[in-house]
Amino acid sequence: MIEFLIHEDKDNVGVAVVDIKAGKQAGGRSLHGKAKPKLKALMEIPLGHKIALQNFKTGDTVIKYGEDIGKVVAPIKKGDHVHVHNVKTKRW
Amino acid sequence: MKIPTIKGYRRENGRVGIRNHVIILPVDDISNAACEAVANNIKGTLALPHAYGRLQFGEDLELFFRTMIGTGANPNVAAVVVIGIEPGWTQRIVDGIAKTGKPVAGFSIERFGDITTIANASRKALEYVQWASELERETCMFNELYISVKCGESDTTTGLSSCPTVGNVIDKSIAMGGTASFGETSELTGGEHIVRAKAANEKVAKHFDAIFKDYTDMIFKEKTDDLSESQPTKGNIRGGLTTIEEKALGNIEKLGKKTKFVGCLKPAEAPAGKGFYFMDTSSAAAEAVTLWAASGAVVHLFPTGQGNIIGNPIEPVIKISGNPLTCSTMGEHIDHNVSAILRGEMTVDEAGDELIELIVRTANGRLTAAEALGHREFVLTKLYRSA
Repeated sequence: MIEFLIHEDKDNVGVAVVDIKAGKQAGGRSLHGKAKPKLKALMEIPLGHKIALQNFKTGDTVIKYGEDIGKVVAPIKKGDHVHVHNVKTKRW
Repeated sequence: MKIPTIKGYRRENGRVGIRNHVIILPVDDISNAACEAVANNIKGTLALPHAYGRLQFGEDLELFFRTMIGTGANPNVAAVVVIGIEPGWTQRIVDGIAKTGKPVAGFSIERFGDITTIANASRKALEYVQWASELERETCMFNELYISVKCGESDTTTGLSSCPTVGNVIDKSIAMGGTASFGETSELTGGEHIVRAKAANEKVAKHFDAIFKDYTDMIFKEKTDDLSESQPTKGNIRGGLTTIEEKALGNIEKLGKKTKFVGCLKPAEAPAGKGFYFMDTSSAAAEAVTLWAASGAVVHLFPTGQGNIIGNPIEPVIKISGNPLTCSTMGEHIDHNVSAILRGEMTVDEAGDELIELIVRTANGRLTAAEALGHREFVLTKLYRSA
């Protein structure tokens, strides 16, 4: 069972492909790489939402598709829900 | 891959269409009522009411005429009745459409009134629809179809599954010698360097840079906040997309892995030849697909995550979704369910082959979900206020 996917091995967030319950040990797979990360979800991650694969501090960059998708605006722990409450665009 | 055949309508100018519409086209907002009356009188015709066509000027007026003439000229259209308030602009649209060689006639309301105009236009529409109903489909090649691509209400599943599926079809159809177009200028923000690298040469790349900068400058001039509910949309955010950069990177998956784009088009401008083209469009679905139909596209591939339900009166819109929730809760809108990619049970290459089969069936006459549900959003792009 795959709970989340990552696009590239260097991505630091994964995408939930099912609703992941808080406390669940979740397994991921890389679409274009070889990584098979496993981690504990610290909170509920709804289908399509992102899970942190590492700890982040404010000002860090979130990487998805191997590219910069925005900046961290509130500290994030590995296994947290990553979304508009803790990440912002760098563009407008 | 062997080039599939389809059963299409070869028009007077050699172009291949997959639908056989007789349209009743208003020149302006105040001629909508007459057009709708004609379409009500004569079954099998289709009125295309819209909101503009008066006191436009400059580049906005040029875009208006390009859109109206292009809509009538589209190979999915067999014949056109044009109705406007006065004869001048009515004739300009008639003359533009007539260059394709297809039947087209114009009627103007001033000095006749609605009732006489509707009667005269209805007689012409009757003649056209009976003629068109006897046209027969003939064998054409898949690579004669001009395909447009744009996603809507995207989420993270579009970047994982439905957009890469469309990208796979772009790679395969352009390799067959086909023609296709992508756009959504503002929605490339964060991935514009990736798009630029897909330009066939430096001249095309510089042209793209200029169009992208122009659109971005407009947004920065008009914006009053960080666009955090417009781009990405509230629906995108609900689906898990956080920033415009993330949305753009998913969007760009539609461009394929190998294909280069050979030119940049103005809104509603027809491609000059075969190959893959960037068109400067809004990212709003109905506006953008209307522009592609006006540029001559005959089938549209539309990946969606959260479930954008758009259709178009001229070109069939094929919906592709990999979001299992969307496919189960609003499945009647989805033509191609690729959620097996998310479960690791289907490859993007397999999903692309299935989508090509579905394009062939659609080209042969199968109604898309949006066609069967009656979605015919015809929305003109307006560049600025009228005079």
